[in-house]
Amino acid sequence: MNVLNHIDAFFSDSAHWQGYDGIPTRVVEHIEYTLLALGIAAAVGLPIGLLTGHTGRGGNTLALVATAARALPSFGLMVLMFVLLGLGMAPVMIPLVVLAVPPILVTTYEAMRSVDPAPVDAARGMGMAEAGVLFRVELPVALPLILSGLRSAAIQIVSTATIAAYVSFGGIGRYIIDGLYQQNYEKVVGGATLVAGMALATLAVFWAIARLTVSPGVRRSS
Amino acid sequence: MNELFDMPSDIQQGYFGVVALHLREALLPVLAGLLVALPVAQLCVRLRWLYPPVLWVTTVLYAIPSLAFFVVLIDYTGLSELTVMIPLAVYSLVVLVPAIVDGVRSVPQETLAAATAMGFGPVRRYVQVQLPIAAPAIIAGLRVASVSSISLVSVGMLIGNEGALGNLLNSGMIYHQDRLIWLSVVGTAVLAILVDAALIVLRLLVTPWMPRGARKNARTTAVQEAAR
Repeated sequence: MNVLNHIDAFFSDSAHWQGYDGIPTRVVEHIEYTLLALGIAAAVGLPIGLLTGHTGRGGNTLALVATAARALPSFGLMVLMFVLLGLGMAPVMIPLVVLAVPPILVTTYEAMRSVDPAPVDAARGMGMAEAGVLFRVELPVALPLILSGLRSAAIQIVSTATIAAYVSFGGIGRYIIDGLYQQNYEKVVGGATLVAGMALATLAVFWAIARLTVSPGVRRSS
Repeated sequence: MNELFDMPSDIQQGYFGVVALHLREALLPVLAGLLVALPVAQLCVRLRWLYPPVLWVTTVLYAIPSLAFFVVLIDYTGLSELTVMIPLAVYSLVVLVPAIVDGVRSVPQETLAAATAMGFGPVRRYVQVQLPIAAPAIIAGLRVASVSSISLVSVGMLIGNEGALGNLLNSGMIYHQDRLIWLSVVGTAVLAILVDAALIVLRLLVTPWMPRGARKNARTTAVQEAAR
């Protein structure tokens, strides 16, 4: 129960709620990192995944790229980028984007490939243009899987952005890193609770997005 | 001390000693995860209602960031290797359970019936029929688990230098030796690629019965696993 006492002490201390090192500031920083990285990764991964999945070409290349990117250690990459590029957004964003692109890219490709070919053929037979087939038939059916790819990318970004505090950046990781240096275990556990809560909130957000955007027919059949 | 693999004196094992330590710290948890995942998955296959809640729990557990997991465990297991290895084992477990369940479920009903008709008991049927047919899916899960485990061990550096190759990142920062950081990043990546390749070879070895085309399908499931 020790840990729970620490968590309680951390959150009930009003000093933790104000100023540049306050919980609101750090949480907003963390959300900023996450949204920016997810946005860039989606801008790279979604179009490529949709196109390759639609045409069905390049699956093996994608798998190779994804496997290679997965082998890169994101923490090490972050420290390396920090040493090479110094302070700035780039050393945080590069590892986060490298981390997030493969799940988005590969899941989108897989989602498009796993669409039942019958309705796609029917749409073509009815004279729908390729863009229509892609956006009005394949995309809605593939959406649940595509969202699950975005979700795992977002969760990995949230948890890796924590580590950015080691190379002097903000976000919730500050509490964990600073707490460890100051031997302030209350701060460490408080930070850990915040990150875990944020990861779970990400799950919830994606669950809500899926409820709102996936058509009821697709949801029922899956 | 400017030879490529020279280490600062606080790292006693030398570079390849650290590499070996990294491998041990990353793969023992995967093994532990596999040993727990096999019975859990079998239970999920037997009791269908159990699978959706288990899937929910695994999704939530997988979402917990590694650093948060590590630091909460410090209170119980101290600044030790075990603090790093327990979360990694949990992540492996979480990746492997769905992989094994999907693999075992994909065994055709006719195959099972044929095995039973040949006089196979449930245990022998599981070991000699279901597991080999599920092997490609299980190995795909093992690939994801071990590669991410190898990458995450480095984070253990933050909790009292328990990160094996990750410790070189800290040394590189405090001694201003970029070489050590490169050694850490490249070493971890090469380790991940080698382990991944070894698992692919293992899959080819344990599935000699698979025709070329089916192997191709196995690769697409690997892609799906990679996407998880």
